[in-house]
Amino acid sequence: MGPSGTAVVTGIGVIAPTGMGTDAHWQAVLAGKPGIGRISRFDPSGYPVRLAGEVPGFVAREALPGRLVPQTDRWTHLALWAARAALDDAGVDPAALPEYAMAVVTSSSSGGTEFGQHEMERLYRKGPSWVGAYQSIAWFYAATTGQISIRHGMRGPCGVLATEQAGGLDAIGQARRVLRDEAELVVTGGTDASLCPYGLTAQLATGRLSTVEDAARAYLPFDVDASGYVPGEGGAILVLRDAAAVPPGAGYGVVAGYAAGFDPPPGSDRPRVLRRTLERALADAGCAPSDVDVVFADGLAVPAEDLAEARAISEVFGPGGVPVTVPKTLTGRLYGGGSALDAATALLALREGVVPPTAGTSRLAPGCDLDLVTGAPRRSAPRTAVVLARGHGGFASALVLRAVRGRDADGRGTTGVTEER
Amino acid sequence: MRGDRAVVTGIGVVAPGAVGREPFWELLTAGRTATRRITCFDPSAFRSRIAAEVDFDPYAAGLTSQQVRRMDRAAQFAVVSTREAVADSGLELPAADPGRVAVSLGSAVGCTVGLEEEYRVLSDDGRHWLVDHTYGVPHLYGYMVPSTLAVEVAHEVAAEGPVALVSTGCTSGLDSIGHGARLIEEGTADVVVAGATDAPLSPITSACFDAIQATSPNNDDPEHASRPFDARRDGFVLGEGAAVLVLEAASAARARGARMYAEIAGFASRSNAFHMTGLKPDGREMAEAIDTALRRARRDPSAVDYVNAHGSGTRQNDRHETAAFKRSLGDRAYRVPVSSIKSMIGHSLGAIGSLEVAACALALRAQVVPPTANLRHRDAECDLDYVPLTAREHRMDTVLSVGSGFGGFQSAAVLTRAGT
Repeated sequence: MGPSGTAVVTGIGVIAPTGMGTDAHWQAVLAGKPGIGRISRFDPSGYPVRLAGEVPGFVAREALPGRLVPQTDRWTHLALWAARAALDDAGVDPAALPEYAMAVVTSSSSGGTEFGQHEMERLYRKGPSWVGAYQSIAWFYAATTGQISIRHGMRGPCGVLATEQAGGLDAIGQARRVLRDEAELVVTGGTDASLCPYGLTAQLATGRLSTVEDAARAYLPFDVDASGYVPGEGGAILVLRDAAAVPPGAGYGVVAGYAAGFDPPPGSDRPRVLRRTLERALADAGCAPSDVDVVFADGLAVPAEDLAEARAISEVFGPGGVPVTVPKTLTGRLYGGGSALDAATALLALREGVVPPTAGTSRLAPGCDLDLVTGAPRRSAPRTAVVLARGHGGFASALVLRAVRGRDADGRGTTGVTEER
Repeated sequence: MRGDRAVVTGIGVVAPGAVGREPFWELLTAGRTATRRITCFDPSAFRSRIAAEVDFDPYAAGLTSQQVRRMDRAAQFAVVSTREAVADSGLELPAADPGRVAVSLGSAVGCTVGLEEEYRVLSDDGRHWLVDHTYGVPHLYGYMVPSTLAVEVAHEVAAEGPVALVSTGCTSGLDSIGHGARLIEEGTADVVVAGATDAPLSPITSACFDAIQATSPNNDDPEHASRPFDARRDGFVLGEGAAVLVLEAASAARARGARMYAEIAGFASRSNAFHMTGLKPDGREMAEAIDTALRRARRDPSAVDYVNAHGSGTRQNDRHETAAFKRSLGDRAYRVPVSSIKSMIGHSLGAIGSLEVAACALALRAQVVPPTANLRHRDAECDLDYVPLTAREHRMDTVLSVGSGFGGFQSAAVLTRAGT
């Protein structure tokens, strides 16, 4: 058990279509500035989906040590950059902490897809001897965790979870577990970068990507015109510390509750699990629904899925009973990085006392009885946020985050929201 | 935390040379090797042309036509192993409360075969970078995200609790069991279906290990090519397969009168933060994982009765873990039998860790240590008792299984006879 058992997020590194760096991201989110545009990493004109959220201005050769660039896929490049940014933000010098008390737990959705496409092309065009030595360490799902661990000398219990878009929350939940068991610091979160021709083609197979060509209208969760989602790249890396190691009041927020569940198979008459998962996360946090000030929804923008999520939220909080927002309409869905970025955005919302809006969605679909925050940011001083995520195939996760000012001197989270900012 | 430990009540195996738990144990104790020239593709253009392949007929194993079409080979292995494990456990599924059933499945490389086969078609054998999406199969996304493997297992057992795919490279299969045990200890789940699967045998896998000369080029003598701890070893031999365990809280298993193979008494993992593929010869981080796992199991190093080694058959691994055993176990390292089943069934990347835990559980049941096959020439740097060639009857209460993998991950699990 860690000294306090309470996990505080003390550092955030965002690398997303909304920008490189937490400030750029937060300003874009408040302003509703979209990061979605025509795919530039390859010519998308032959594909039915041509829009995506790409990270603007990231040049791996400039942002990372030269030797790491050819050894790793873009997904890992983005994570290495974000991990360094998060550690800097947390003001942590890993060399000053016990090596086995630092761990890395990341989410991966599809590994080094672009790297793998290049190497398979070499294999089939030229032959086996043309496949490079780094394929063995760049493509596999553990590459990011391994490289962060090596770069920062973190020798504690590392992990990698793959639960598609739910992975970011599952990584944070696991990071909290590791912190409670034995670690003092865990680098967690996730990224994804599957915007290569093979990666996009694989995503098309779900039939859930939007083919709308107007970037402002392509990804509209909970809207009457919801038409599927837009893919994106990037994500967020967080630094979690045990509260005992953090001065009172410092940090972005506390990981107060977490739960994960899995849907019954298609065709089952059993109810889906998002509602129960949300309730379990609230129970884990010692929260009543009325304590929650904002919900960051999964927002798939597939009508039946939107309806299912809206119903789960309404069943717990009452129709329109809690402000709901989906800032990821600016970035698209980032898969392994997606819910990590949602958690980062929620933590920024808690620190700044502002609920960021959902850009794009304007007319709620019938049955989606939500208080969806649209237009301007809502300055409602939220103290407790819930983040929901669903991963392809039935994964459902929920995370409860609480503002740090609610912590008492021992670093334990208080359950109420009595204290004013 | 409730503090109730996880016990193994069911085991299912798909292994090279042995589909099923009992054939697997029979193969191991006979010291038979399942390594051979690769048959699943033409290996003639590769440096290493050998592997431990599973002779697997998915229809004979009970899968339907749609399952066979939908599932990558790794998913097929996982589902078939799961069915055997659940039947072996005697558990009634779906459970009364499916929300208390969890899945923790490991895999290092997910649906490699499906991804590569579909890539060939979409790119027309590498001709087009802008692959032709109109040739995409409906299940292509399921191949791209390894979480699909956990989805298939979750559907098989009607799990509605936490479901995860654990992917820490070659320690995935140990880590997934460690994670599963943790879910039981903390009270999140009553039943965890935990294990790992990998089906990496494909041209891209062979090419990438050729490129770093990690795999054995002993193409003329495939049956004897996997030679952990032998002075003439020359790399690991790729394998494939799956093992799935049913884990339950000890009190619940006891209450329903379940047969308990073993208790997962302790688990720990560490990273070397040194190199993605390289290992320092001192074994320091693996030793730290072993020490921590033993501490959690409340066992002294002197209590260890058997060590199931990572034993991949690369010189750096064999030295690394031999050093780790000496560091952690002290004098006991010289007196305890240490063996590597990779000598018989090859190295199936993420799956092997679960296959090795399954072997440990079966060793506890039989009180027999499986041997290290092909160990005929002693290596001066590896001076422990590696149980060469022949299985050995041996009294065991506490066994240790270790894993080591790309990314620098080092893991250790301690299994004890349930109730000891």
